[in-house]
This record gives sequence, structure tokens and C-alpha cells, in this order.
Amino acid sequence: MREQGDNISRGLLYTIDWKLVICFLVLVLVGWLNIYASIHSTDPESAIAWSARSGKQFVWILSALALAGLILFVINSRLWEVLSTPAYFGVLVLLVAVIFLGSEVKGSHSWFNLGPVSFQPAEVSKITTSLFLSMMMSRSGFKISNFRDFLTAALIIGIPMLIIVAESETGSALVYLGFIFVLYREGMTGWVLFFIGMVILLFVLTLTAGPLVSVIVLTVIVGGSFFLLMRPLRRKSVEARVVRLSTLAAAVAGLLLIFSTQFVFEHVLQDHQRKRIEVLLGMAEDPTGIGYNVRQSMIAIGSGGFFGKGYLNGTQTTYGFVPEQSTDFIFCTVGEEWGFLGCLAVIVLYALMIVWIVRDAEQSRESFTRIYGYCVASIIFMHLFINIGMTIGLMPVIGIPLPFLSYGGSSLWSFTTMLFIFIALNGREKKYF
Amino acid sequence: MEISRSNRLVIGLGVAVLVLLGKLFYIQIINDKYKRDASNNSMVYSTIYPPRGIIYDRNGKILVGNKVNYDLMVTPRLVEPFDTVALAALLDTTADFIRERMAYYREFRSRIGYQTLTFIRQMPAERFLRFAEQEYRFPGFSGQVRSVREYPFDAGGNLLGYVSEVDADYLRRHPDEYKAGDYVGRTGIEAAREEDLRGEKGYRIYLRDSRNRVQDSYKDGEFDKDAVPGKDIITTIDAELQQYGQQLMAGKVGSVVALEPATGEILAMVSSPGISVHQLEDIGRYYNEIASDPNKPMFNRTVQASYPPGSVFKLINGLIGLEEGVVEPGTQYPCRQGYYYTKTRRLGCHNHRSPINLGEAIMMSCNAYFCYVFKSILENRRYQDTEEAYNRWRDCVTSFGFGDKLGSDFPSELGGNIPTSAYYDRIYGRRRWSFSTIVSLSIGQGEIGATPLQIANLAATVANRGYYYIPHLVKDSEHVQIDEKYRRRNYTLVDTTEFAKVIPGMYMAVNCKPGEGGTATVAAVPGLDICGKTGTAQNPHGKDNSVFICFAPKDDPQIAIVAYVENAGFGATWACPIASLMVERYLCGETSRPALEDRIMNTRLIK
Repeated sequence: MREQGDNISRGLLYTIDWKLVICFLVLVLVGWLNIYASIHSTDPESAIAWSARSGKQFVWILSALALAGLILFVINSRLWEVLSTPAYFGVLVLLVAVIFLGSEVKGSHSWFNLGPVSFQPAEVSKITTSLFLSMMMSRSGFKISNFRDFLTAALIIGIPMLIIVAESETGSALVYLGFIFVLYREGMTGWVLFFIGMVILLFVLTLTAGPLVSVIVLTVIVGGSFFLLMRPLRRKSVEARVVRLSTLAAAVAGLLLIFSTQFVFEHVLQDHQRKRIEVLLGMAEDPTGIGYNVRQSMIAIGSGGFFGKGYLNGTQTTYGFVPEQSTDFIFCTVGEEWGFLGCLAVIVLYALMIVWIVRDAEQSRESFTRIYGYCVASIIFMHLFINIGMTIGLMPVIGIPLPFLSYGGSSLWSFTTMLFIFIALNGREKKYF
Repeated sequence: MEISRSNRLVIGLGVAVLVLLGKLFYIQIINDKYKRDASNNSMVYSTIYPPRGIIYDRNGKILVGNKVNYDLMVTPRLVEPFDTVALAALLDTTADFIRERMAYYREFRSRIGYQTLTFIRQMPAERFLRFAEQEYRFPGFSGQVRSVREYPFDAGGNLLGYVSEVDADYLRRHPDEYKAGDYVGRTGIEAAREEDLRGEKGYRIYLRDSRNRVQDSYKDGEFDKDAVPGKDIITTIDAELQQYGQQLMAGKVGSVVALEPATGEILAMVSSPGISVHQLEDIGRYYNEIASDPNKPMFNRTVQASYPPGSVFKLINGLIGLEEGVVEPGTQYPCRQGYYYTKTRRLGCHNHRSPINLGEAIMMSCNAYFCYVFKSILENRRYQDTEEAYNRWRDCVTSFGFGDKLGSDFPSELGGNIPTSAYYDRIYGRRRWSFSTIVSLSIGQGEIGATPLQIANLAATVANRGYYYIPHLVKDSEHVQIDEKYRRRNYTLVDTTEFAKVIPGMYMAVNCKPGEGGTATVAAVPGLDICGKTGTAQNPHGKDNSVFICFAPKDDPQIAIVAYVENAGFGATWACPIASLMVERYLCGETSRPALEDRIMNTRLIK
């Protein structure tokens, strides 16, 4: 073992969290193998031939590794905190600009076309928002329970989210809901999570089972929590009054939600969004249209069985039955060729990565690093859950990539950057303390 | 115990991961529906189309057969760059057409995937074989054998019906039985006997590997299914007679229906103008032309047109009069060039001797006589009032098969109309109508409507002396059984003994000496003993319709027939010779009156 003369000179190689780096490398490798599997029927010359997607991804991976090295060893990680403010506002400007200047891809204006490379500000915005949010929340005196501070945090998250919705990239915007977990960790009341959960539950229930069932469920839940909250309180105390008032407010809000659901569903949501939700909830059968993707994806994954069909032996994913197969539906190839075991391994790998990020964040002595760590964990989690949920029919079809696995330079670079900024922050901290 | 917020979030993560794994476990391990669907995706079913059943006439002549055509199929994913002009030349099409199709496939390539689509339909064999020699130059293109209809004998276009590819609407109504690209009988016998004719499709299953190369057949063909050819149909039609009828009716609007009285089998069923078999063969090309023709060749008048039957209906009134006991063969009535049903209103008749008996009235088709008969039926003391007598009369009429569908095996038959007493109550008020109100029913005019098939059935009923078999087009054969109802005698409400009393009049109408006043002497053929009844049905839309029914020979009827020619004037002028020529052709095989035949065939009444 090397001598640890003084704490300050501990090498970065020694202090970075190698578990995370290994997770990252394995996931990227799995992604590359599966991208090759999904396109190998088109007979690329080799897995690294530039003409095919596997070859391009190979180049993206190499460049992502270079990027990771740059972040770890060249850029002073102090810089991220300093740069967070101009970066956040600069990206906001880009987000708005792309609506007017960007080229249209599948109905949304979110891509800049710069010659051979296209660039999606929404990808970068996840990083800048995380950094800026961490910077603001780590300032001394910031308390989330303070209403002004809460509002600040909500605006930092909400503004880019709304602009992205305006770009018709609702899927990417949904990811921002993950920041709720960060706020929760930093002391926001759990009622907000409860409240959001209720909104989703009532919305789905009203659409599938009708308003009556929703009203019954609402009554049971609101009544139940009222009873639980009131039990320890004296009837005439101030707290009791607050509970009574907020219960009433919750009940009224719930009823409003139930009876506006149909309206929102039919008039606010766009056509394709409505169809995706209808198909997911089984309200409409559409095996060749919107439902086609999900049906084929579930067939591919389901046919994998326990052990899978073996690498490059998938029949569904290689015939091109599944659309968008190397990007958003890359998990199908995993499911078909590697079976339940492969899915289990990949999901556990993600879960470990998220848990380790959270552990590192918790042990951090700097709140900036801690909050940023939670941001990264939340965003990876949202992508993971929405993307895999979509391929197995748990979530509506929302076109967002699976981190590190999906084909595409833009997404690989941004996830790499996001992750390695955390690894660098975390490593630097250990280096000095 | 308080759990830290960090740990709560980790627990939440655990729950979310378990949800994902749970659903994966369900679709990958518990539910095997997805495995089945996957093998359906990777198995290639190649359909084998069965040949449709052949349709024969009663003497074993093929009316509808099959010939082989080819559909040219294309699997866009497998197509490699090729010489567009050379392919166009081989297929007798234009390079632009091919480029257009290929551009379409490119545009929808993700939706099409590895599907095989039809590129050109129904290529004749010789053109396909020319392509087949060069097929190696055009990977992705292949041929699919299709059997299509062929009509060796020009007879019965309307009653055979046509076959065409199923359309979206038809598929919606028969979701499980048909698939896009199947052919189905749409009209006539093709439609009526679709279930027998179509056969069962078969298939071969092939597997493709993960590079979409088709490999061996699946499990050595264990699960393949052979196509079952359609069942052949033997019709009751006499092809020669049918064709002869069509030639006689050429240029005229109307129908001829010939039946074999002893069985109810339809010998010929001509609707004119009709569809020729050449048009049937390529119905897609002719459909618009046929559909827009003002003479409606698609409309099968024999079962779908409802006309007043005219004077041939006097036979029924005579028979009912006999049955009800209000008239006897010897009963005499006067005719003053018609019948005065009020002091001043007369139903006219032509000039003939008077008074006359029943036989003479039938022979000379006297209007006045049958007004007396009908009056006696309606004012019969046996019944309380006119209404009750009318209802009895109507029951008798409908027992001859009028007023409702006969139930033949031909699709889209209409029922005609015999008004009910309730109908007259509605128009005139209860008890406000009587014999004089509905006098025109005496001679088969007024509100009565009957299809030529029903009128032919009347001729057969009289020929049988009191019963009929439901007219039908399909004979029993080895594979196809006809419904029991076609084997049953249907008796009318008129006693069978009464029928012999009207037949002498019908015989005389054809075979009386010149000058005696028979209305149908033009139909007479020595030795055939034709018995007939003319009719001239008033037509509100123009010139009168010419009607004639007859059967022959008198004592052993082999054929009963109706000819109904629209806007042709007196029954004797057109309908009579047409029916007579048909009878002679059927019984003797040739005509003894070539001049008459020639005149009829070459006269065009359609403007």
C-alpha cells in the first residue's frame, strides 16, 4: 500500500469512487453490444464500422471516455459551482432559441442542427439545472421550509421544464419531476409527494374506472388521513383547526381534479399523448398504430423467457419488428436475448449505481456535492423507470433514452458528463479531507 | 423508529425496481402469450389458395370453371436495385408505375417491415411465365398462384354472379372468415353458395432465422395444412336453353323463367338486358359501365322486379271461383264489350261472342267474365261480409306462392305484393270498400305485384294440377345437399280436382282453329300440346307489358314457362312467341319456325 503521508496529497485515482466508474463502464459496454445486436441483421462490416450505428456508438463511447477523463483530471471541479449560474441562464436562452431556430424532428422543435452534429439543449439543461439548483440550495441560510426559498427552488426547476414542454418534448420535461426527490431529501414536507401521488392516482382512476370510483377512493384516503392526523390532537387546538381546514381543501381540490380530468384529457392533452395514455390504460385497442410499439416490444421481451435466446439470436429485435430499437427501445434487445436474468442484472446495476451515488452524497460534507448527487440519482432513476416501464407496458410511450445504453452521442455525453461531475466533486472532497 | 429521508428514498427506489422486475417476471416467465406471438412473428405462413368449386349445368356442361392466374408479390425489404425498364417491359407496365410503387414502399418502409405485398394482381399465365424466366434478376419479387373464374359458355351472367376481392366493408362484416386478398362471390349463385364453393385455405409454415432468411419448413410440415378445394355445384340450369333465352330476349327488357314442373327446378332464368360472362370475367373493369347503364343490367328482373301479372292472373280467379263453388265450367256470363261495375263505369273488353262459359273465357281472355267471377267470390253468401270473403280469397292467392318470397335458393328474391284487407281499410275506411272498388284485381291489375318467378311458378302449379315445388337452382349432388323444403310438394288451397277444369281453356287459347278467338294461337306447335294464357299488363310507366305463361305437353308437362316483356304491347305479340320458341327448343332441340325465331332475335325494342 502506498504511503499516506499527508491527507492533502492523496491522489485522485485513489479517492474517486471506482464502483461508480465500473458500473458506468459495464452499462456502456452492455449498451454497445445490444446496439450491435439490434442492427447486425443489416450486415455491418464489423461492430466498429462507421457506417452502422454500432460503429458510431463506438466512437461516441470513446469520446465519452475522453470527456470523463477531462472532467476528472483536467477541469478543476470548483469550476462547476462557479459556472453554474451563467451556464443555467445560457442554456435557458438556448432552450428558448431552439423553438424558433431548431429543426423539426418528429413534431418537436428541440434540436439544433450544426452540420453533421445535432445538439439538444434539453439534454444539457438537465445538468445545468442540477448544478444551479445545488448551488442555490447549498447557500447558507437556504431553508426549503421557508416559502420564499421553496419558491426559488420550484422556479429553478419549473422554468426549463415549461420551456421544454413548449418544445413539445413532454417526455424530457417529465424527467424534471425527479427533482421532487431532491427537495424531499432537503426537507420539503412529504405531503407534496403524497399530493402528487394522489393526483396521478385520481387521474388514472377517473379515466379507467369512472368518476364515481374516484370519489369513493378520495373519500376513503382523505377521511383516513384526517382520522390519523386528528387522533393525537386535542379537538380545539390550533393544529386541529389547521388539519380540518386542509382536509377540507384537499377534498375540494380532489373533487375539482376528478371532474376536470375528462376535460384536461380531451382538450388540453395533444392527440398523440391522449392516444398513448388510452392504449396504456387499455381504453383503446390499437395493435398497429400507437399500440404497435408497445405490443412488439412486450412480445420481444416476453419471448426472452428466463435465460433469453442468446446473444445475436433474438428473432424479434433483429427483424425490425420493434421500432426505435437501438434508441428508446434498446431494453427490448436485452430482454429478448438475455432473458429475465439479463434484465435483472441490468436493473440491479442501475439500482446499485443510484444507491451508491446516494450513499456518497450522504457522506459528503459539502451540501453542494450532496444535493448535486441527489439530482444525478433522481434523473437516472426517472429515465430508468420511465424508459423500462414504457417497454413493458407500465408507462405510456414517452420517448426518452435509457441512460448509457441507448444509441446516440448527445444522450451518452450528457449522462457521462452528469455522472462524472459528481464523481469528480466527490473525489476532490475526499482528496482534501 | 424514525427512518431517515435518505433511506426512505432508497426504499422507494427498491419498490420501483421491484415493480419493474415483477412485470418483467410476469411477461417473461409466467405468461407465455408473448412467446406464442413471437413465434407467429418469426414464422412465415404461406397461404395456399384452394380452387373454387366448379359450377355445372344440369347436363354436365361447365358454366363456371377455373383458370390459373398469378399475382406478382414483392417483399420490399428484400428488393435490391434492379433494372426498372426491363421489369416494366416484362410486366407490360410502365417504368413510372414501378418507380411510384417503390417510392411508396420506401416511404412506409418502417410500417411495411418484412411484409410481402401484392405488386400486380391477376397476371395471365403467359405474362407471368415470361417474368419467371427472368425472376433471378429481381430479388424480392415472386409469383403467387391464384385461381380465377373462367366462363366457357355464354349463359346466365346474371344468375351466376361475379367473384371479386373482398373489400374493407366485407372484411368488417366477416372478420374471422376472410383476409385481405381473398376472393368472394358477390352476387348470384357465387354468393348464394359461397360456403360450398370457396373451399378451405391451406398454409405452409416456414421459419426465418435471425437474419430473415427463410429456412426449412416448420417441423417438417407437421403443422402445414393442405387447401381443400371448393365443392362443385350442379345447377338445374339447362345451358343451351338459357343461352337461347338470352338470344331471344336480346334488345328487349324483361324476363323469361322456365321451370320443370315435376321438380321445381329452374331450367332457365333470363333477365334482359343482362351481364355477359365476358363482363363477369373482368368485373373490375366493367363494373362502372354496368352500374351506370340506365337499363340496369345488374338488376335481376326475374326475382327482383314486381309487376302486375295481368290477365294470366285470371286463371287464379277462375280456380278460386271453382273452389268456392261460385262458378262451374258451364257457367255463362255475358260480355258487353266490357263489364259495367257501376251504371256508367265500364271495365273494357275486346270484341268477341257472348255469352261464354269458363273455358271460352280463358281462351279469349274475357275481362267481363272474370269480373263476374270475382264479384261472386267477394259477395259469396257463405261469408259475413266482403272483408271476410276477401281474406279468404287472399289466403287462396298466397297459397300459390304470391305475396311473399317463394324461398328459392337464389339471393335477393323479392316477395311481390297481394294487398291485405287492412290495406284497403286504411285507404278507403273500414267497410267503405267493396267489389266495385277493387274490380281491377279480377284481371290481375291494380295493387297486385308479382315477380316473373312467381308467375312461372303459377304455370308450374297449373301444369302439376294443384301443387308446386319451390323453384330452385341447385341440384342435389355428391357433395352438396339441397334443403329439404325443395323436395316437398306445396298444395294450394284450391282442390286438385278443380285444376283440370281450367286446362281445356288454356289448351284452346293456343290450339283452337283460326277464327275461334284463341289469344295465343301464335304459340301453337303441332304435337307439343302447349297450354297457355296470355296477359297484357297495364304499365303506368309506358306501353303495356306483354306476358305469356304456358306449359307443355298438356298431359305430361315437362316445362312451364313465363315470358314477361316490358313495354311490348299485347301478350301475343312478343311474350307468346318467345315462350313458345323456348318450349319447342327444350322439347325438340330445334325450331320448326326459323323465320319467327329470326324476327324475334333481331328485333330491338330498347331505344
